[in-house]
Amino acid sequence: MGGFWAAVVPVLQMFFLSLLLLIMLPAMFGFSLGITETYMKILIKTLKWATLRIQKSSKEEETLKHSSSNGLIQRDDSSLEKEIGERRGNRRGDFALSDVFYFSKKGIESIVEDEVTQRFSSEELVSWNLLTRTNNNFHYISLRLTILWGVGVIVRYGILLPLRLMVWMSEILTGYHCYFELVHVMCYRICARGLSATIHYHNRENKPKKGGICVANHTSPIDVVILANDGGYAMVGQVHGGLMGVVQRAMVRACPHIWFERAEMKDRHLVTQRLRDHVNDKKKLPILIFPEGTCINNTSVMMFKKGSFEIGGTIYPVAIKYDPQFGDAFWNSAKYNMVSYLLRMMTSWAIVCNVWYLPPMTQKEGEDAVQFANRVKSAIAQQGGLVDLSWDGGLKRAKVKDTFKQEQQKKYSCMVVGDDSSE
Amino acid sequence: MGSRASSLLREEDIEEIKKETGFSHSQITRLYSRFHSLDKGENGALSREDFQRIPELAINPLGDRIINAFFPEGEDQVNFRGFMRTLAHFRPVEDNEKNKDPSAGEPLNSRNNKLLFAFRLYDLDRDDKISRDELLQVLRMMVGVNISDEQLGSIADRTIQEADTNGDMCISFSEFIKVLEKVDVEQKMSIRFLH
Repeated sequence: MGGFWAAVVPVLQMFFLSLLLLIMLPAMFGFSLGITETYMKILIKTLKWATLRIQKSSKEEETLKHSSSNGLIQRDDSSLEKEIGERRGNRRGDFALSDVFYFSKKGIESIVEDEVTQRFSSEELVSWNLLTRTNNNFHYISLRLTILWGVGVIVRYGILLPLRLMVWMSEILTGYHCYFELVHVMCYRICARGLSATIHYHNRENKPKKGGICVANHTSPIDVVILANDGGYAMVGQVHGGLMGVVQRAMVRACPHIWFERAEMKDRHLVTQRLRDHVNDKKKLPILIFPEGTCINNTSVMMFKKGSFEIGGTIYPVAIKYDPQFGDAFWNSAKYNMVSYLLRMMTSWAIVCNVWYLPPMTQKEGEDAVQFANRVKSAIAQQGGLVDLSWDGGLKRAKVKDTFKQEQQKKYSCMVVGDDSSE
Repeated sequence: MGSRASSLLREEDIEEIKKETGFSHSQITRLYSRFHSLDKGENGALSREDFQRIPELAINPLGDRIINAFFPEGEDQVNFRGFMRTLAHFRPVEDNEKNKDPSAGEPLNSRNNKLLFAFRLYDLDRDDKISRDELLQVLRMMVGVNISDEQLGSIADRTIQEADTNGDMCISFSEFIKVLEKVDVEQKMSIRFLH
């Protein structure tokens, strides 16, 4: 047995080393050998075949009638005014025992399906992409498909994972010592290449310029890698401990990023002032901010916190949309910690995403920060094909504010007593 | 959201729920997914906190009463059967259901049962009567701080006066039904479930 391993190990070493060089060298110099492209082509063909098999079998067995892009229920979207208002008729203001119907219907609708809680867990796929983790409604279909899935597991955990791990480790080691912006970008390129990331940049003429603020929707920590592949940014954020802290300290040595202590974050003035100083220095790299404040699952854009929009300066909106077929990029920080998230990333097929650079926007006359933030949010949502929600991403962890309930109560009270004070 | 969700629900259970509630097979599995995603404690049952985590429900003035409707008397947890049983009240009424099985008893989504659901929203102590006090409390939930006690009191008095036929100053379920006989309960208390 010993002899067998003694022969196999050097072969494996050579294999991985050569693959490593084939990935890293081109990445460092920014050209492509076409390996990733070939891999993607094979992958797409395989997934297409798998989808057809699932569809064929579902037609025979009638198991997958529904498509998860449809909702569970069809909402009426009737407003409080319409439902209860129409009952008022000739009586100016009124209460009726049937008023509870409206509230109970809305309540039950939200229990069955609501706009917010679904954004904090991974998107349901229409058809299976041969990853174990997305296997919700897809049960045993055929032997060939199961074999393919088995092969996929071996490929992903046996080849892709060790490869990517090695790329990342070498990146961290070199990154720790690099002091130049150029080397920095190179490291990000290796990172991305290591994840088999295929990024399509659109409208690069709108790329964020120095002294500006880049604003994007947030899905995962990988967003940073995706954007930094195409230029340097100054990051803003909280100082973390653990693995993230090490990475942060390494990054600061290369370019001036803006890290805040947790206590400093509470002082909004301090934060805004520091950001403003950075922006006014036209030589500094554009700041990268994620105004949602937390990771959302890439099907929608949630409320933008107004802080970034009060700094002044030009806002460069960027929309990032991942293709869920090749791997789910969303980081569910409530469920997975950073390490298991990275593991999932490294065992996905690939990361495919589209990045759209939108034309720069500035605050209009008479527009306050909140309206400006909403305007930018709509632009990003529209470009990325995401749902534009005004709910706060902070609802992932926090309770909703009472003011919203009070608004509803106020509206209803107006109907009960009659619109104005003419009683 | 893993494959665990559908594997915990057995075919026999699905059949029983189908018979009891009238939901289709695919609706039951999808609602089970939803149940599972709300169940943060992953113990196969929902608590009141699990419901309150839904923002749209938390801002509903009657949110707490609706949540309460899921929990049987004195209990703090609702399992999937109970969850489905309550949701079944909001299935639209279909004509052909009347002929299905006369011995099965009234379906959960009949007009009567929909009215019973609404009645129970008012009946806080579950004594099958809506007292003036209970009506006031529910009214207070719906209007918040925007209407004075006196005004709310007179609204409650007027409502009871109009509904009460046997003079006990309370609204019984039959009096409740009579007041609402002209209201299109089937439409107002039904949700269109897809597939």
